Amino acid sequence: MDLITILQVLDATVRLSVPLLLACLAGLFSERAGIFDIGLEGKMLVSAFMSAAVAAVTGSVWVGLLAGIGASLVLAGIHGLASITFRGNQLISGVAINFLASGMTVLMAQSWFQQGGRTPSLRGAARFNDINLPYVDQLKDVPVIGPIYADLISGHTILVYVALACVPLTWWALYRTRFGLRLRAVGENPAAVDTAGVSVIGMRFAAVAICGVLSGIAGAYLSTGLQAGFIKDMTAGRGYIALAALIFSKWRPWYALMATFLFGFLQALALRPDLLEKVLFVKVQVQLLDALPYILTVVILAGFVGKAIPPRAGGEPYVKER
Amino acid sequence: MEKMPKWADVILIPVISLLLAGIISALVIMAIGEDPVKALWIMVDGATGSAYNWGYTLYYTTNFIFTGLAVAVAFHARMFNIGGDGQASIGGLGVALVCIYLPWPHWSLALLAAAVGSALFGAAFALIPAWLQAKRGSHIVITTIMFNFIGAALLNYLLVGPLKPMGSMEPATGKFPKVTSIPNFHDILGMFGIPFSRGAPANISFFIAIAACFAVWALIWRTRLGYEIRAFGHSEPAAKYAGINPTRIIVVSMLISGALAGMMSLNNVMGEAERLVLNSTEGAGFIGIAVALMGRSHPFGVFLAALLFGALYQGGAILSQDTNIPVQLVLVIQALVILFTGALDNMVRMPLEKLFLALRRKPAPAPKPTPAE
Repeated sequence: MDLITILQVLDATVRLSVPLLLACLAGLFSERAGIFDIGLEGKMLVSAFMSAAVAAVTGSVWVGLLAGIGASLVLAGIHGLASITFRGNQLISGVAINFLASGMTVLMAQSWFQQGGRTPSLRGAARFNDINLPYVDQLKDVPVIGPIYADLISGHTILVYVALACVPLTWWALYRTRFGLRLRAVGENPAAVDTAGVSVIGMRFAAVAICGVLSGIAGAYLSTGLQAGFIKDMTAGRGYIALAALIFSKWRPWYALMATFLFGFLQALALRPDLLEKVLFVKVQVQLLDALPYILTVVILAGFVGKAIPPRAGGEPYVKER
Repeated sequence: MEKMPKWADVILIPVISLLLAGIISALVIMAIGEDPVKALWIMVDGATGSAYNWGYTLYYTTNFIFTGLAVAVAFHARMFNIGGDGQASIGGLGVALVCIYLPWPHWSLALLAAAVGSALFGAAFALIPAWLQAKRGSHIVITTIMFNFIGAALLNYLLVGPLKPMGSMEPATGKFPKVTSIPNFHDILGMFGIPFSRGAPANISFFIAIAACFAVWALIWRTRLGYEIRAFGHSEPAAKYAGINPTRIIVVSMLISGALAGMMSLNNVMGEAERLVLNSTEGAGFIGIAVALMGRSHPFGVFLAALLFGALYQGGAILSQDTNIPVQLVLVIQALVILFTGALDNMVRMPLEKLFLALRRKPAPAPKPTPAE
């Protein structure tokens, strides 16, 4: 296998990992604050639609991105209302949000564009286009480093770099700020946070809102960066893979980066089954690659390879003692 | 003291939740520029207007009874089995193997064997998540979600590979042998001289679903195991203290749940398609969640909710043919029902509880007030 093929696969890995990474970090904030979120899929989907739709109408992808984040925040608000204010079952709320997104996106797309549940394809400024990092042209001809810099590191959309920057930012916010300490505490022992005079409800709503923003960016990337327009159910289970990655990384930001890149790599390989056959000399079923993230997650959850322990107060609504 | 009379909990709250879901659905229909009243009439007529439409409504109902019961049984043990879809599709694999690879003299024997096969396959697919929950503490919701995808990948592999007949391009098994074709409503009612639409897919498995409702009722409220399941669902420490083995309850209730979900494929695989196709369940496993929530996990409630959702699915399909409203409207209604009856339950319950308390307090001073209350 030559360098170019390897670079192609790695490039695809980066592109496919980014939505997983953003959604995984979104889930990380929510679950670290004690709010389980299986509605990541729905929030991504609704943002993918809204950002593509608004970008198609206004011609500006940035307005589209904002609209997508807004739509994702609306669903996050519903989830917060159900699981924080009314102390409902967070898992059931997540299931409802996924169905709501799946239905509403097609309904709105059909009503606005009459193209069978899709948006018009996006062009020019209505999409996030690939950007070149500085000195690409000068470095392009340097052997090995040149192509790696030009093809793998440079030449992605701005959202890819935003997503990568979110990893250290998340780490910093969670482990080096007062907000992060409180957020983690709310997920482990909300009563202690309450005793310290910090609003549990406020902290949890803040976490759910951050989750909404990040999954909004993830959805916008799908329809305006990775592809040029929205199609029905285009998230295709990515929200659930992100959930799997979150467990795989045991709710830690740097490990989330690694887990999502591993799962993205598996997706990239599934697109090129010929390569595996060439390297391993056996035919690997594409379906096995599809199922591998889920199988790995079940193995991790089972605690056979290190134990994944979720935040202690996860899934439990907080009731103040009267 | 009960905060509310029982009828309010069982009837009033679901009805109000349903009304709220209906009102928002009507607003959605208005927002996309259609008339909600007209849409409702088209849906009611589409679901119940003719024998043919009833045939489809009852066909969907059968699916939803099985998956609704599956979720309900798990709910009684306070577990959320979100893997009904995976279990149902693997149950379909059981039906397909029984029908294709074994020679059957008569459909009744084939149906019996397919029922056992689908239940076994569905239960087996629920076994690993159940065992991991009981023994390793892995969250059942996450593992069953993962198993939905693993099941889909497995079926995808089998249907484009080993199970596909030679020369076929479509990812599906071959048609089942003629002898395994089970009677539909046209055949059954025809024996009594009642005419029924020939093309509608409702079939004999509807009666198996009804029987399953009675069986689940008897299991949960009339057997020792059912008592243990309910006790475990109410309080795990109390159940442990009473000598109930948590591992056994988790595994057994999930096996029953998986078996019920698997038996759904008697209806859609054996009764309708007569072969196994990709995505044969069409999301029915997830509708089971809405059905169980609305039916308050009681078999009779599940039956009513399944009938309602069956009508909703058939009505929604007709609606999308006759108007510009896409069939995905049904998904929105389904989401709203899950949201209001499940997650936002307290939003309806809290004000109602306050109302009932206030109503009770008013006449209280006239007779002798009891200080304990």
